[in-house]
Amino acid sequence: MMDNLAVRGRIFDIQRFSTHDGPGIRTIVFLKGCALRCRWCCNPESQSYEIETMMQNGKPKVMGRDVTVAEVLSEVTQDRPYYNRSGGGVTLSGGESLLQPDFAVALLKACKESGINTAIETTGFANADVIERFLPYLDTVLMDIKHINSEKHKEFTSQPNERILENAKLIASKANKLIIRVPVIPTFNDTVAEIAEIAAFASSLPNVDEIHLLPYHSMGRDKYTGLAREYKMGDIKSPTNELMEVLKQTAEQFGLKTYIGG
Amino acid sequence: MPYTYTKNIEKSPRIQRLIDHLYAKMPEIEADRAVLITESYKQTEGQPIVLRRAKAFAHILEHLPITIRPEELIVGSNSKAPRGCQVFPEYSYEWLEAEFDTVATRSADPFYISEETKAKLREVYPYWKGKTTSELATAFMSPEALTAIEHNIFTVGNYFYNGIGHFTVDYGKVLEKGYKGIIAEANAALAALDVADADYASRSAFLQAVIISCDAVINYADRYATLAKEMAASELDANRKEELLKIAANCARVPRYGAENFYEACQSFWFVQMLLQVESSGHSISPGRFDQYMNPYFEKDLNSGKITREFAQELIDCIWVKLNDLNKVRDAASAEGFAGYSLFQNLIAGGQDKYGNDATNDVSFMCINATLHVMLPMPSFSVRVWNGSPHEFLLRAAEVTRTGVGLPAYYNDEVIIPSLMSRGVTLEDARNYNIIGCVEPQAPAKTDGWHDAAFFNMLRPLELVFSNGVDKGVQVGPRTGELQEFTTFDKFYDAYKAQMNYFIKLLVNADNAIDLAHARRCPLPFQSCMIEDCIGRGKSLQEGGAVYNFTGPQGFGIANMTDALLAVKTLVYDKKVIKLCELKRALDNNFGVDMDAASAEKLTRTVAEKLVADGKKLTAEDIKSIYLAVAKNPLSDEDKKRYSELLEQINELPKYGNDLADVDAFARDVAYTYTKPLEQYKNPRGGMFQAGLYPVSANVPLGAQTGATPDGRLAFTPIADGVGPAAGRDIKGPTASANSVAKLDHYIASNGTLFNMKFHPSALAGPSGLESFVALVRGFFDQKGMHMQFNVVSRETLRDAQQNPDKYKSLVVRVAGYSALFTTLSRSLQDDIIARTEQGGF
Repeated sequence: MMDNLAVRGRIFDIQRFSTHDGPGIRTIVFLKGCALRCRWCCNPESQSYEIETMMQNGKPKVMGRDVTVAEVLSEVTQDRPYYNRSGGGVTLSGGESLLQPDFAVALLKACKESGINTAIETTGFANADVIERFLPYLDTVLMDIKHINSEKHKEFTSQPNERILENAKLIASKANKLIIRVPVIPTFNDTVAEIAEIAAFASSLPNVDEIHLLPYHSMGRDKYTGLAREYKMGDIKSPTNELMEVLKQTAEQFGLKTYIGG
Repeated sequence: MPYTYTKNIEKSPRIQRLIDHLYAKMPEIEADRAVLITESYKQTEGQPIVLRRAKAFAHILEHLPITIRPEELIVGSNSKAPRGCQVFPEYSYEWLEAEFDTVATRSADPFYISEETKAKLREVYPYWKGKTTSELATAFMSPEALTAIEHNIFTVGNYFYNGIGHFTVDYGKVLEKGYKGIIAEANAALAALDVADADYASRSAFLQAVIISCDAVINYADRYATLAKEMAASELDANRKEELLKIAANCARVPRYGAENFYEACQSFWFVQMLLQVESSGHSISPGRFDQYMNPYFEKDLNSGKITREFAQELIDCIWVKLNDLNKVRDAASAEGFAGYSLFQNLIAGGQDKYGNDATNDVSFMCINATLHVMLPMPSFSVRVWNGSPHEFLLRAAEVTRTGVGLPAYYNDEVIIPSLMSRGVTLEDARNYNIIGCVEPQAPAKTDGWHDAAFFNMLRPLELVFSNGVDKGVQVGPRTGELQEFTTFDKFYDAYKAQMNYFIKLLVNADNAIDLAHARRCPLPFQSCMIEDCIGRGKSLQEGGAVYNFTGPQGFGIANMTDALLAVKTLVYDKKVIKLCELKRALDNNFGVDMDAASAEKLTRTVAEKLVADGKKLTAEDIKSIYLAVAKNPLSDEDKKRYSELLEQINELPKYGNDLADVDAFARDVAYTYTKPLEQYKNPRGGMFQAGLYPVSANVPLGAQTGATPDGRLAFTPIADGVGPAAGRDIKGPTASANSVAKLDHYIASNGTLFNMKFHPSALAGPSGLESFVALVRGFFDQKGMHMQFNVVSRETLRDAQQNPDKYKSLVVRVAGYSALFTTLSRSLQDDIIARTEQGGF
C-alpha cells in the first residue's frame, strides 16, 4: 500500500467540478504526454512528456509537475461529498494515461480502495497488456474512435488506427462500461458517411450502447500561440447545431444512445 | 400521500397585466399616513404610549385612502399609487425633508414626490421634533459609540432611522380564528388580571391596545368590502362584476373571522402582511412558511372539488405580485446599501415539520411556480433543504435558479436546527424555523430577533491596529501598541482582537440604546398580538413580549481578514521580507497604485463635504486641488516599484477559498474574533446577542470607506461578499470554494451566513446540469454549510468579466461538452460564448 501511494507520475493539471467527463461531478487529472498529435487537440501542452513553459495571459506558466499518487489522491478526495451526491468520481485524462501505466494504475487502484468511482479518457493507443492492467480498476472507459479509415486517421493524428480498433474490442469485452466518443472535426470526419462507419463499428462492440459526439471547438488556439507552435486548424468553425443533430440521428440508427457533448 | 405535486401550471394572462400596471410608473411617496398619525398623536398626548400607538393605527386605518387596482383578485394597498409608499415620521424624518428635491432623481431607488405631498409633510414634521425614536436612541448612546459610528467601524442606521420589522407573525392563527378570535384572547387575558397586580397598568394598557388594533383591522377590511360592492354596482363587465362581489364577500368575512376556504385564506394573509407594514416602517416582515399554513386550506378545497389547481395558482401568483406593491423610501445612503426597492419579505418552502418529517407539499411547488410566473424580486423566495428533501423539489427549485432571477436561496436544516437549539430554542420550534430578511433563521411567531441590528466592518479594526487606535487624528480605538512592539505575530493578532473586543462592546451599546428607544417610543400592539407570548406577558414585542429575543448584528470581511492576517504572518513574521512599519507605509499609499477616477471623485466629495460641514468655504480651485492630492500617488517611482512587487508577492500567497486546510482553519479562527465575544452580551428585552456573517450589499459602500488592506485589497474597493472568498481569489472552482466556506463554524453564526456563487446559465443547462447543481448544494450542505445562493450571470456580466478578469476568476461557464472557468478561456472563445449566449443557445 505504501509503495502504491509513493508512485510518481507527471501531470499538468487537476480540474475539479467537471460535469461532462463521466457520470456526476468529477475531478479530472490531466497526465502529461501523448502518442498522438491530433491537429485539433485543445490541450497541446498535454502532448509532450517534457515539462515546458507556456505563455498564458502574457505570463509564462510552467506546464507539468511530478507528483505522487498520495498527493493526487489527497486533492481528489477533497470533493468526495460531491461524488457521493452525484455518483461522480475521478477521471484520468491527458495526454494519455496509458503512457504512464505504473502511475495511472496505482492512482486508480488507490481511488478504488478509497471508494471513489473511476473513469479514464483515452485514445486506446497502447499495447493490450498495458490496457489489461488498467481494466480491473476502472468503472467507466471513455474511448475515442476518431476515424475508421486508418490512413486518414494517421494523416490527422500521426498514428494509424488498427491497434486502437483492436483495443476497443478488448476493452468492450472486459470493461465494466465503455462509452465511445467521437470528436466531430470539420474537414476530417464530419460527414454522415464517416460518422455512420464509426457508429457501425461502435454498435458491433459487445456491451457498448452509448456514443458521444463532441463538436470541434477552437479553444486550444491561444495555447498553440503560448507554446510558439502553429495551429493547423486555421479558421475552421465549429460544426453547426443542425449538422450535429443530423449526425446524432445517424448514430442513433445503429441503436446507440447518442449524446452531443459529454 | 404520495407526491402528486402541482407542477408547471400555466401562467394566467391576468398576472402579466397586474405586473405591467404595477410597474407602469415610478413609485411615489404619499403623505396620508404621516398626516393621520400626527393628527392622532396630537389628540392623545399624555396617554400610555402603547394606547397612543393603537389609537393612531386605528385613525390611520379609518382614513387611509383605499384602492382596488384593475383586475385584482387579492385586494389591499397601503398607497394609492402602485408601488407607492407611506412615511413614518415617528422614527425619523429629517433625512427625507433634506432630500425632498433630490429623491426623484437619485440613482438608487428614486421616488416621485409631489409638491402637495411635500407641503403636507412640511406641515406635520415640526410636531415630531424631539419625539422620534432616533433622537431618543442618540441620547441613550455612549459618546464612544457615537464616535465609532462616525468613523465607520460599524453602522446601526437600519433601526436607527426606521422601525425594526424582521419578524414572522402567526399567520396561521389569523387564518384559523380571525381577529375576533384574537380579541377574545385579549379579553380573556384582561379578565384574568387583578387591578391590584403590580403590572396591571402596563398589562391592561397593552391588552386594550391589542383590542383597538384588531378592531381597526376588521373595520379596514370592511371599507374594502364596501368599496368592492360599490365598484361591482357600476361594473359593466359581468365577469369582473362577479369577481368584485366575491372580493366584497371575502373582505366582509376575513380577517374578522377564520378563513373557510383557500381564497379567503389568501385574502386574509394579505391583509395581515400589508397592514403590518402600515403599523411600522420595519422591513423584512417575512411571510415565512407560507406552504405550511396555506396548504390545509388548499387541500381541503381541492379534495372537496371547490377549487381548481389553476385558480389556486392564480391566487398565489396574485399574492406574489402584491408583495411587490409594498414599498419603502430610505435615505440615499441606505438606499445604496439596500438597492432595488427591496423589502426582504422572505418566504420559505419545504423542510421539516416540528416532528422532523418532511413537510414539502403541493403549495411548496406552487410557490416555485409563482416565482417562475412573476419573476419579480419579492417575495425573497427560499427553500429549506435537509437529507429527506424530495429530489424533485430541489430539481424544480434549480429550474428557478437557472433563470438567473437569483432565487431561491437554499438553507440547510441540518445546520440551522441545531444552531438555533444551541441558543435555547426548543427542538420543535427549531424544526419549524423560517428565514427572516436575507438569511436569518428564527422560530416563527415566537421571536423578536432584531436580525439586522448592525453591519460591522471587520477590516476597520485592523486599520486601527496599524495606527494604535487613531483614525483621522482622533483616538477612536484603544491604544493597542506601536508597531515595533508587535515582536511576534501573536502579539499583532492579540492587538487586533483587542480592537475587535472594544468595538463589539460599543456596537452592543449602540444597539441597546436603539432597542430601548423603540420600547419607550414605539411599542407596536398589532404585530405583538400575533407573536407569542406578548398577550400572555401583557407586553409588546419591543418590551420583550416574545418567547425568544435576540439581537443579531452582522460581521463581514472574513475572507479579507483571513488573507490579510496570513499575509502579515507570512511576509512580516515567517519570511521576514518586510517590516510592519514598511507594510503600513505601503498600505497608506495604496501599494503605490493610483486611485481610479470614480473612487478619487468620491473621496474628494467626502473630504469636501467634511470641510464644508466644519464651516470652511471651498472654491472650485480648492476642490480641484483636493482631487489632485487624492488621485495622485505621492510615492517615488522606486517606492512604487517596491510596493508593486510587494503586492505581487501578496497576490501569490495562498488564499481563502481554495480548499486549503491551513488557510481555512485560520479563517474559522478569524470568524471567532467576531462571533465569540458577541455571545456574552444581553439586550434590554432579556435576550442575547448572536452574530451573523453577511453584509447584504453593504460590502461595497463600506468597502469604499476602508483603505488598502494587507491581503492586497486596494483602497476603497469592495470587501468580500458574505462568507465567500474575496473576489477573484478562489481559482480552483466552485467545489473548492464551497469546501473552504463549509469549514467555517456556521453553527455559532446563528444569525445567518451568506454564501453567494456565480454561474453562467450554461453550467446548469439540461437535466444533467440541474442534477449536478443539486449535488453541489447537497455536497456543500453535507459538510455543514448553512446557506447558498446563486448568481446565474448574464452576457453583460460576461462582457464585464472580459474587461475585468480579476473580478471574475471563479465564474463557471459551460463551453462545449464541458464547463470551465470563464476567465481562463481565450479571448476568442469568450467572444464565442457571449455570442452564443445572445442567441440563447446551449
